[in-house]
Amino acid sequence: MEPLQILERVKNRFGDRVLETIDKKPDPFAVVDPGAIVEIGRFMNEDPELAMDCLSNQSGVDYKDRIEVVYHLFSYKHRHGAVLKVKLPRENPSISTVESVWKSANWMEREIFDLLGVNFEGHSDMRRILMPEDWIGHPLRKDFVEPAEYHGISTVRESPIIRLNTKTK
Amino acid sequence: METLIHNVIASGAFGHNASPTLVAAIVIFVMSAVVFLGVAFPFAGIVSWAERRVWARIQSRVGPNRVGPQGFLQWLADGVKNVCKEDIIPDEADAPLFKLAPYLVILAFILPWAVMPFSSSLILADMNVGILYMTSVTALTVVGVLMAGWASNDKWSLIGGIRSAAQIVSYEIPAGLSIFPVVMMTGTLSMQGIIRGQGWAPQHWFLFANPFTFVAANILYISALAEGNRTPFDLPEAESELVAGFATEYSGMRYLFFFMAEWGNLFIIGAIITTLFLGGWQFPHVSNNVVVMNILQLISFNVKVLFLVFFSMWIRATLPRVRIDQLMTVCWKYFVPIAFVNMIGTAVWVAIWPDGNAAMGYIMFAAGIALTVVFVQRVIYYLKRSRMEVYFNPTI
Amino acid sequence: MSTLHTEEMTLNMGPQHPSTHGVLRFVVRADGEVMREAIPDVGYLHRSIEKIAEKVGYHGFMPYTDRVDYVCAMFTNQGWGMACEKLAHIEVPRRGEYCRVIAAEFNRIASHLLSVGAMAMDIGAVTPFTHAIREREMINDLIEELCGARLTFNYMRIGGVAWDLPPGWREKALAYLDHFDPILEEYNALISWNKIYVERLANVGVITPADAINYNLVGPNLRACGIKWDIRKDIPYSAYPDFEFEVPIGDGHWGKLGDSMDRYVVRIREMAQSAIILRQALAKIPPGPVLAKVARNFKPPAGECQIRIESGRGDMGWYLVSDGTGYPWRVHVRTGSFAAMGIIQKLSAGLMIADLVTLIASLDVIAPEIDR
Repeated sequence: MEPLQILERVKNRFGDRVLETIDKKPDPFAVVDPGAIVEIGRFMNEDPELAMDCLSNQSGVDYKDRIEVVYHLFSYKHRHGAVLKVKLPRENPSISTVESVWKSANWMEREIFDLLGVNFEGHSDMRRILMPEDWIGHPLRKDFVEPAEYHGISTVRESPIIRLNTKTK
Repeated sequence: METLIHNVIASGAFGHNASPTLVAAIVIFVMSAVVFLGVAFPFAGIVSWAERRVWARIQSRVGPNRVGPQGFLQWLADGVKNVCKEDIIPDEADAPLFKLAPYLVILAFILPWAVMPFSSSLILADMNVGILYMTSVTALTVVGVLMAGWASNDKWSLIGGIRSAAQIVSYEIPAGLSIFPVVMMTGTLSMQGIIRGQGWAPQHWFLFANPFTFVAANILYISALAEGNRTPFDLPEAESELVAGFATEYSGMRYLFFFMAEWGNLFIIGAIITTLFLGGWQFPHVSNNVVVMNILQLISFNVKVLFLVFFSMWIRATLPRVRIDQLMTVCWKYFVPIAFVNMIGTAVWVAIWPDGNAAMGYIMFAAGIALTVVFVQRVIYYLKRSRMEVYFNPTI
Repeated sequence: MSTLHTEEMTLNMGPQHPSTHGVLRFVVRADGEVMREAIPDVGYLHRSIEKIAEKVGYHGFMPYTDRVDYVCAMFTNQGWGMACEKLAHIEVPRRGEYCRVIAAEFNRIASHLLSVGAMAMDIGAVTPFTHAIREREMINDLIEELCGARLTFNYMRIGGVAWDLPPGWREKALAYLDHFDPILEEYNALISWNKIYVERLANVGVITPADAINYNLVGPNLRACGIKWDIRKDIPYSAYPDFEFEVPIGDGHWGKLGDSMDRYVVRIREMAQSAIILRQALAKIPPGPVLAKVARNFKPPAGECQIRIESGRGDMGWYLVSDGTGYPWRVHVRTGSFAAMGIIQKLSAGLMIADLVTLIASLDVIAPEIDR
């Protein structure tokens, strides 16, 4: 099935929970209601026509006015794929986890939480994965400012070139 | 040995009123020092160099070749480097036991050299319980390794120590059971007695005496490898899991002591197999001169033992490691029953043919030759099929 | 008689470890030798490569992609190139595609050699590792002639590859392939069917096909479970439609389907298939340019795209969001090792500590891919 057909089928089933279907080249995608993501995910996983048995990629993107979580789904049975998106507010973004549908979401959601600050409700192990446990802030956000030091290690360093320049003066 | 002491006393070197026991003690100390410090420890060092060269050639590398001719002094350089290292003892470790453990392992490696039959008259102490003494003192390693694992105050060392203890203690059983067939055939436990019971020709070796001793020799060799913590049984020091197992917290010379004991044990393993199954120092009687015969016997013994040492290194470079439960399965479910069968079979054999059966010796020898030929043919087949480039020059 | 009081041990298989898979840490709860659980702790190699992409621009990011997976650097290069090309509708010249495939398949052989060699060394056999590295060094020499680097190649550009094949390189590559085919035989004779090795690998870490798909395992890990899926054949890209090759899958011959032995054998067979692809590519390579004309200040149209390529470790998914400026808005790489780490915690229950090392080695986990 073509990606647009897949998204049409989901829209027929869920009606207005699928907010919009955008036929953008090269990859069309559908924006869905954050509250419905688990049901939609489960439907796409279990429906025999779609059989999206694999969550191939789950990314978070920080647009300046919102945070989006993008789900790239794929079906090994039918060899087709589709893209779902969810738009979340930048303050306290929160959405249900799809870990119960696809286990691969476990680590990918931990990464999105760690780097972008999206809280996934119902996740079995919501803690930082790449950054240290006591890190403050979410580094991949566009407004992230690196702290001046971490455990006494300074993150700024004067460039040696500056020292050279002052010497030759 | 007693004749030597008599000769020394008779020569009057210590004065005419010297007490025989004092002279005997001095002579034994000097001889022991010669053997231990002059043969055992240098051997352990040299075998480290040899192992690295053999390994390297098997792995298509060169190995140490810079320090001295062909890298021969590498082991001295390693020793000096390790002695100069900082002696680190972890804070929470049990310091007295931590320091004592390597010495116990060294003790287990040194003591068997007292009964090592180098030739018909070159043996420090021809005890009449020679082979039993040898197997029992090598088991001292368990104490040392467990002590090292516990005193390091490190969970990984503990796991390594416990694995090693379980392994050594388990493999004592098939090793001991495999010694019994030979003892039954000669009726004596003394090393020289067992060697005198064999002839110099392969068909007179106990290895080929009957099929039961053939299997017993194999089981003894594998069990001895397991007791010496050699691959494929080197779990206690499995580098990829436990860093260095029970020796993780050790640094410098203490660390090297463990490995000196392991390398020296190679000789002891080879010596046990040679004595029991390969005819020891036996050499055809080509001269009536005692000195010449002794030298030839010494060469014969060393050639056999060093071949087995090389074979152990070869196995270590080739085979992967077994897991602990597989190791225990092999020992208890396979080796122990087979060793029992060997013992009973040999007992029946000795009952039927008390003086041995010469014909069986020839048949087994022929079977051994056939096995070797098959092995060489397989090697040549694989060499040809993979069009491998082989460099036989060891001094490359 | 009261029961013996036993406790669980919590061990730390720390970031410094001789198991050569990078900087990984496992917190192991063990009951003696048998593990209850091995909890992976990653992030020691996190270099914020995805955020760096937003700062250095499209062309400037190509060397950084090498470091995402330094063992399979050609594939990461190709992934980034393809993502930019898909977004900007750039077509790579045929010769450029062939050069990409040749470089990538040599890198696949090198990566698999390292993987099987390191696996054998973790199991305890030290010789196969040195033999594999010896072969890999020859490939490194070839690629050094091609692009100047031995590990982080930076060979591909957006729109093709940086340099054409040097004169005489084709003959050297073909000579190497002639030398390589019997080496696999030698390797198999040395270690692959060794009884001890098979006993260590068979039935360890069995992954069912349903689990493999659910946990998003890719590449040889997925094919070892019997699922015939290879992006080079199923979503063909670059010059792969021109070549005939097979996709080896696991068959449970030595143990259960989907155990560590299957993953190992799939990698060995993939190396042979890569050699077949290379011979065809070197024979059929067309003349022409190798790099399409791409602007220095490359500004793809605003939009997003997803690319999947078959890297040495499996399906590497690149997700690129562009806002029309010269700097990417968001780059996300979903690598095969990241997915494989997710399944270790589940598989580790009931394994022995020695098996954990086997499992990590058989899943071919590389730390920089996980952490980026």
